[in-house]
Amino acid sequence: MEAQVLQFIQPLAGPLWGWVEPVWPLLWTLLKIVAILAPVVAAVAYLPYFERKVIAYMHVRIGPNRVGPFGLLQPIADALKLMFKEVIVPTKASKALYILGPIMGLAPALIAWAVIPFDTGLVLANIDAGVLYLLAISSIGVYGIIISGWASNSKYAFIGAMRATAQMVSYEISMGMALIVVLMVSNSLNLSAIVMAQGKGTFANMGLGLLSWNWLPLLPMFMVYLISGVAETNRAPFDVVEGESEIVAGHMIEYSGMAFALFFLAEYANMILISAMVSIFFLGGWLSPVGFLPDSVWWLIAKISVILFLFLWFRATFPRYRYDQIMRLGWKVFLPLCFLWIVVVGVWMMSPLNIWK
Amino acid sequence: MGAMKDFVKSLFLTELLKGMTVTGRYFFARKITVQYPEEKTPQGFRFRGLHALRRYPNGEERCISCKLCEAVCPAMAITIEGAAREDGSRRTTRYDIDLTKCIFCGFCEEACPVDAIVETRVFEYHGEKRGDLYYTKQMLLANGDRYEAQIAADRALDAKYR
Repeated sequence: MEAQVLQFIQPLAGPLWGWVEPVWPLLWTLLKIVAILAPVVAAVAYLPYFERKVIAYMHVRIGPNRVGPFGLLQPIADALKLMFKEVIVPTKASKALYILGPIMGLAPALIAWAVIPFDTGLVLANIDAGVLYLLAISSIGVYGIIISGWASNSKYAFIGAMRATAQMVSYEISMGMALIVVLMVSNSLNLSAIVMAQGKGTFANMGLGLLSWNWLPLLPMFMVYLISGVAETNRAPFDVVEGESEIVAGHMIEYSGMAFALFFLAEYANMILISAMVSIFFLGGWLSPVGFLPDSVWWLIAKISVILFLFLWFRATFPRYRYDQIMRLGWKVFLPLCFLWIVVVGVWMMSPLNIWK
Repeated sequence: MGAMKDFVKSLFLTELLKGMTVTGRYFFARKITVQYPEEKTPQGFRFRGLHALRRYPNGEERCISCKLCEAVCPAMAITIEGAAREDGSRRTTRYDIDLTKCIFCGFCEEACPVDAIVETRVFEYHGEKRGDLYYTKQMLLANGDRYEAQIAADRALDAKYR
């Protein structure tokens, strides 16, 4: 792809090419980053709109429909409103950390896209430790929350941050454990290899790729990963962090304007990222569900959309968990289940019934 | 056995799935939103909205300054001062309703022996300042003149239930 772009750009730049050439690798990387992040940010902007629409429909309402046709300009109106609001820094807040908090919340959610493969070979950084990178990066997101809660110098923000951190750290463990099972069966830490490993097997040979993806043989882990993903992004029904009835907005309570918007964007960016990870680890990434249709990036987008719809569906359906129930679910249900399933899959792989050869 | 059943139920998330079928079904249900400025919900003839002071057909104001409405008003939103007019009849010199206090209970309307103070169907009024919602006698009489046809029709519909 780089060669094609070069072919197009070199004559265009003409004599100036001599100047461009030394920085071309940097420029090319930047272009790729923009090509990945622009659609992601657009999706982040429109996800709240779809959330409001979907939840409204489930409430037998219509949802936003006043700004532009079908309310499609609503996210732009919201963004403008937030941009023109003042970012208030509390007097006794630690200013640098206070500003750093939301940035550290959003950045990991965007950085993680570097290793997400969109199609065969279509990935910004095709590193072999992709899964490790993802786990590391998603852990950094917790820092944004704890820093903002601490820097706000408000007890409510601090309580919210403590809750969020404890919850995210707990669920990260079950997510990681669920991933270990995926790594065992796909024999690689490279995300592209994990996807490709899902494309073979008895069913895939019969033209039913849908049934050879990881979700079916690893169904309990799929459920654990999906539910942990919801908890990890602090979404309903695990949204005690911003529980309106108790601590209003949790660690974001002192924030306003664009700083608040960054938290908002981070939440939705994380949702999309978790959906992409679920699609890649358990739903076969860009692979086509049936043999007669070609694999393409559109399958990945469709899978991400389905998981995102599930997120919204959960929020419209379930009441909020009590905090101790959340902790119980993470530590006493998911974690033992993951350990058990690691052993079960290990034995399965050693037995003659192994389906992942 | 019961514990076993509960365990299986929670393991397979049956109740969560049931909940999701309910919301999933409503996702496709017909929406009941009334899009307000374009569409409006039907009103009854006893609707209690903006207040008005009525007149008799000959133009004489109905209110006789008996102050029953002022007495019955639970929010103490009504202020009345009365005096004798030149012709010797008792009339109000001041009749104010503070709509920021009013709770639209309709007691003033019930208490009035001459159907002078009424509540109309009008609910789309506003004030840009607090003071704009302090309605004086002139404003209330103007309301009455403006909506008399509707008020009279509503009273006629209600008459048989009184």
